[in-house]
Amino acid sequence: MRRAWTIVRKEWAEIFKNRFVLFTVAFLPMLLTAIPLAILYVTGSQSDLGGLIADDLPRNFSQICEELDGAACAQYFLVSQFLLLFMLMPLAIPITIASYSIIGEKTRRTLEPVLATPITTVELLAGKAAAAVIPAVLVTWIAFGVFLLGSALLAVEPAVLSRLTDPLWLTAVLVVGPLLALAAVSVAVMVSSRSSDPRVAEQLSMLVILPLLALFFGQISGLILLNQKLILWMALVLSVIDAGLLAFSVQLFERETILTRWK
Amino acid sequence: MGGYSRFESKRGSMIRIEGLSKRFGQTVAVENLWLEIAPGELFGFLGPNGAGKTTTIRLLTGLISPSSGRAWVAGHPLGEDDTELRRQVGILTEAPGLYDTLSAERNLAFFAELYGVADIAGQVERYLRLLGLWNRRSEPTATFSRGMRQKLAIARALLHEPRVLFLDEPTTGLDPEAAHLVRDFVEGLKGEGRTIFICTHNLDEADRLCDRVGVFNTRLLALDAPAALRRQVFGRTVVFHLAQLEPAYRETVAAFPFVKSVETVDSKLVVTLDDPESENPALITALVEAGARLQFVGELRRSLEDVYLHLLNQADPGGSRPGEPGS
Repeated sequence: MRRAWTIVRKEWAEIFKNRFVLFTVAFLPMLLTAIPLAILYVTGSQSDLGGLIADDLPRNFSQICEELDGAACAQYFLVSQFLLLFMLMPLAIPITIASYSIIGEKTRRTLEPVLATPITTVELLAGKAAAAVIPAVLVTWIAFGVFLLGSALLAVEPAVLSRLTDPLWLTAVLVVGPLLALAAVSVAVMVSSRSSDPRVAEQLSMLVILPLLALFFGQISGLILLNQKLILWMALVLSVIDAGLLAFSVQLFERETILTRWK
Repeated sequence: MGGYSRFESKRGSMIRIEGLSKRFGQTVAVENLWLEIAPGELFGFLGPNGAGKTTTIRLLTGLISPSSGRAWVAGHPLGEDDTELRRQVGILTEAPGLYDTLSAERNLAFFAELYGVADIAGQVERYLRLLGLWNRRSEPTATFSRGMRQKLAIARALLHEPRVLFLDEPTTGLDPEAAHLVRDFVEGLKGEGRTIFICTHNLDEADRLCDRVGVFNTRLLALDAPAALRRQVFGRTVVFHLAQLEPAYRETVAAFPFVKSVETVDSKLVVTLDDPESENPALITALVEAGARLQFVGELRRSLEDVYLHLLNQADPGGSRPGEPGS
């Protein structure tokens, strides 16, 4: 897989010369980190939350809060809704990069010289996927670190921070997030290698976000309760899906069709 | 593989093609191509746009699969281990296909890594210097002229020192100076003993560079050295410049059995022969005895372009295929 790493470094050399792409990589994490921090700040500064007791809170609040008291529970409940966005980040950030990965090479007529080298399809697609996934995951983890630092300062009590760093969220951000990113990127690379228009590829790839949005709104509406067991199941299922998607994307990548049919 | 090795040692071919065909749906791109190219040979593949030249190169570099037929390149059979085959060949694609935002050096280093070159920095420097791009090595290739881009693409094709080099229209779109430089460079590569397969419709270039040429339009129409092809298609044409042309002179010349054809143009007799060196003296003597005042005798040089256009115009879909056994 040495050649896959060569592809990764070349992709990065190109991507990081493009300020617009850099902006898209950086803007979403900044925004999605600012939102929960702002909620912590607002809820922490509202003195009337301090008088809340468990009985004042809706039932789904207390389901999530467990041992947290009223104000801490309210703060944790509100912020936890947005923690799902840290799973959305690694999924949304790399799609622009990944969906352009094959079509971009084709439209610039750089793909044929690459395919003429001894590189295998697995190496090429793995390199393309990793080039998109790695920055997205790193940026997400940095954003999550910034969020935790901010939480340490803004949470009404230390128990809120310990809930935000419990295994549920650490697994979600450190394991499920990257697996979601890999799934999204695999789909984007797959679409990119089958579509002949970069705009179509990006639009189709964005559909991958829909299941996560369903989870997000399901949790807000109380239909889904995100817990450790569900997150572990998600990680397991996603691992299988990712392996399948990678294998499928290799099957779908037809060098001959790409070289001879795309104009 | 073993079959090819026996063939290579016996027949000395670097590229051997046996009945190769490629169809895209109902469209035939390459039809029943038979061809052998020797090690160190510079072979010109001539044909109009859409003739199937690029498709043939893609077939021979393992980029696409044939619909039927077999071929061996540098000892590797097509379709069996195309990854290994691609290690042995270099290709200059129709478009240079460079990464515009990356420097010339970075572009080459990237491909050197993909080809598994051991001394990447050394090879990159060598070819940048050879092609006169060393001083611009750090600049993005977007700032390069078309000629510089083409030179860089040629360097890319050579980084891994391939035994066989495929060049697809290497001088198309270049100004005369850049085209001259590229031609000189290709000639130098031939001197290194590489086998070079060059697709072009620059016939003057093919005439000057190539050991042999194949005229191709979906199928191979003719195959030989440029000079031999001229003879094969037109014979050799001798022009007798006369002070005054009389009808009897034409009959005098036509009476010789070795004369293939005689035409009159103004006061000239245009005669097609197989061997002017031995046949001219008899014709000159006969003309002088018939009272002709000969002013000048010279050979009409047919260009490869004449041959090419003649072959394309005469192309008969049912005709025999040069290179095919029995043809």
